[in-house]
Amino acid sequence: MRSAGHFVAPLEETPIAAIDDVKVAEKPSNLWIDAWRDARRRPIFWISGGLILLVLVVALFPWIFTQTPPNDQCFLSNSNGGPDSGHPLGYTKLGCDVYSRIINGTSTSLSVGLLVIVLTTVLGVFFGAFAGFYGGWVDATLSRLGDIFFSIPYILAAVVIMSVLSQYRSIWTISLAIGLFAWPSTARVLRAEILRVKQADYITASEALGVSKLKILFRHVLPNSIAPVIAITTISLAGAIVAEATLSFLGVGLGSDVMSWGNDINRAQSDLRTNPMTLIYPSAALSITVFSFILLGEVVRDALDPKARALR
Amino acid sequence: MSATDATPAKSAETPLLEIKNLQVGFQTQRGMVTAVNGVNITLMPGKTLAIVGESGSGKSTTAHAIINLLPGSGRITGGEVLFEGRNIAALDEGQMEKIRGRMIGFVPQDPMSNLNPVWSVGFQVEEAIRANGIATGKQDVKKRAIQVLSEAGLSDADKRLKQFPHQFSGGMRQRVLIGMGLSSNPKLLIADEPTSALDVTVQRRILDHLEKLTRESGTALVFITHDLGLAAERAEQLVVMYKGKVVESGPSREILQNPVHPYTQRLVAAAPSLASRRIQSASKPLEDLGYEATRVTEGVDLIAAAESRVDAHAAAATAPIAIAVKDLSKVYKIRGGKGSASTLNAVDGVSFEIPRGTTMALVGESGSGKSTVAKLLLRLEDSTSGEIRIDGTDTAPLKGKSLLALRRKMQPVFQDPYGSLDPLRNIGNTIAEPLGVFNVGDKKSRRARVDELLDQVALPKSLVTRYPNELSGGQRQRVAIARALALKPEIVILDEAVSALDVLVQAQILQLLSDLQAELGLTYLFITHDLAVVRVIADNVSVMKSGRIVEAATTDEVFGNPREEYTKELLDAIPGANIPLGV
Repeated sequence: MRSAGHFVAPLEETPIAAIDDVKVAEKPSNLWIDAWRDARRRPIFWISGGLILLVLVVALFPWIFTQTPPNDQCFLSNSNGGPDSGHPLGYTKLGCDVYSRIINGTSTSLSVGLLVIVLTTVLGVFFGAFAGFYGGWVDATLSRLGDIFFSIPYILAAVVIMSVLSQYRSIWTISLAIGLFAWPSTARVLRAEILRVKQADYITASEALGVSKLKILFRHVLPNSIAPVIAITTISLAGAIVAEATLSFLGVGLGSDVMSWGNDINRAQSDLRTNPMTLIYPSAALSITVFSFILLGEVVRDALDPKARALR
Repeated sequence: MSATDATPAKSAETPLLEIKNLQVGFQTQRGMVTAVNGVNITLMPGKTLAIVGESGSGKSTTAHAIINLLPGSGRITGGEVLFEGRNIAALDEGQMEKIRGRMIGFVPQDPMSNLNPVWSVGFQVEEAIRANGIATGKQDVKKRAIQVLSEAGLSDADKRLKQFPHQFSGGMRQRVLIGMGLSSNPKLLIADEPTSALDVTVQRRILDHLEKLTRESGTALVFITHDLGLAAERAEQLVVMYKGKVVESGPSREILQNPVHPYTQRLVAAAPSLASRRIQSASKPLEDLGYEATRVTEGVDLIAAAESRVDAHAAAATAPIAIAVKDLSKVYKIRGGKGSASTLNAVDGVSFEIPRGTTMALVGESGSGKSTVAKLLLRLEDSTSGEIRIDGTDTAPLKGKSLLALRRKMQPVFQDPYGSLDPLRNIGNTIAEPLGVFNVGDKKSRRARVDELLDQVALPKSLVTRYPNELSGGQRQRVAIARALALKPEIVILDEAVSALDVLVQAQILQLLSDLQAELGLTYLFITHDLAVVRVIADNVSVMKSGRIVEAATTDEVFGNPREEYTKELLDAIPGANIPLGV
């Protein structure tokens, strides 16, 4: 019956399974669970996460780490002095304890960083979501508005704002100055993602059910578009910390009475040749914090992107 | 046979391509995953061989392994690929480059993404010619490029050289790619689903063309496809792959008429092209066929499904009209160049009626306006003119609550199984969403309804807390069907709902849809480009072309006695016409 060229594999070697059998893993999974499972396997996640946690603890409870007041008890006799007992990093030009100043400056940097990302996320999500989802003239108006803000470098804008508001320098004003011009990149990322997500059939299916547009936006579109925003937010938090330091360094940041890494770097620059350590220690604190957030941002970005996960 | 004859006779029997115990693995996070496991294929010079299988069966991976162009982390982990007796799996990249293109041509799957949009078509054809050393010197290369394009069946080839890919249709691009693949007269051409992205009538012309060219030049062809009917029609040899292994191989007709492996038996039973050809070639009406599925093909046998449908529908002919569409039109404004605006009549005076409890298929190729009709019916877009009546009510003026009532009566299921479910909502919440929108019942009764719906689409209740990424395409479509049925609608609009699925899964879903219709008395509008599927699912057929319905009749009439040229062309494009099939 069968010709010579007709090969059939033995059934024991190639058993056929039920068609389209339901095979589910033991544990449920979705984008967020998968991302967590992926991230926790990466050492960089734990290193950066640990460092950020440490920075957070330092910012919230500085007294655990040092009892020395950063501004009082400064003696000119200690000016630019080296490390001695109880003062491991030495003294500034004014004779204040460097270690204590770094510890007490942490909360400033972190507060500015967090306030800025709250502001950029709120503005960015608002502009990005409505522009991307509604399209048409809404998109045109909101996107052009974003372009105007985008075209002004935010450091430059912040310098101008802080100079004008020189009497009201505080963590709040500096965060406002940075955040007001930093949101368009968040908005752009979100808008692009929403343009992609809103094409999906499940959005049309909800429309056909009669779900209102606003509900569709908040229930289906936003949760599915927010992943890249989270990744970019972690990185922009690092950017905000740098911006605060830059502004303080330029002398238009926080008042000299506020403990801040940028202020310290600013004051230490004149003694760079005689006592470089007073500049290097706060710079190192700044670098490590920023570096941790950037690393975390990259891990989060990779973990939330199934394609990047598959490549590793 | 004398001893002197033995040597030439033997050399004539040297296979052009011999794959021996091929193993291909992909490196992933969880270690090596074997995609191809011990595949043996033999191909004689000038012959045609088709590899058939579902997605994930390893058919494309095998084809890519021949020219060592495996995607991503894939590599050959064992076995040999003998090309004219030489093991090309062991060659280094430099030696392999000399074989690719010159000795073995390749036609990729998706014509839309395989031509670089920033270079002219001519540049890309000339590049291939130069790379394969077919011609040198500017004039010679150009002359050869024109020749390639005109052989590919493009008129005005010398003008076409300067054009860019976006000025070409999908079929034209695939012709160009086939021309490029054949430009150096290779001994072997590998075509990886060369027409799966194209309309059926275009598919037929491209394959005819490919067949003619390879026959003329004596090129052997390895042809990858998921359609068994297409494979059997176009190839002398069939290789059926399943889970990385060859389960059956041999002469096409023999396999088709006498499939031995249970998997092949299932494929034969589930292929819409073969089923529709068989129903058509039987001289008896469908309900008298007395056809029964075997134990192996239970649940995926399309002829059996069609027969049970016809039995259940004997009384449906006199049912009241559920959907009545009259002179429906939709005009889109298109922004032209330099501020000029033109219009596109996407739907142009369409009229049809669907009796309650029956299925009407709306068939057409891409751009025929069939999906626009669905959007107009669902009131996702407003019509330009004409009238839609659902159960006698004109839907155009409906707003607010009455529009919601309409939505409750009519639900859609869409094509893309990967886009039809919100990836961040679990299956239970997805199916329950319609109940929430309409405030049906309390939490407990909703949960019970979700369980009941999962049961209706034959999915386990344990899926309630699971997310779509754990489900296959077919299972996702089942969930989408369950969501559509949640509000107990009377009408379901199926917009290419089974087109993206593998044949076996497609057959299962078709069976499910037909069971649900019998159970719940649903009215279906079944939108598809695949006339073969229509044969087994629809009572009536309307054929659309350029926004108009060109032919509308019962399924038996359209298939048995088509009046329009276009319908005949579509019917002829169903593969398997020249294969004698027993019923």
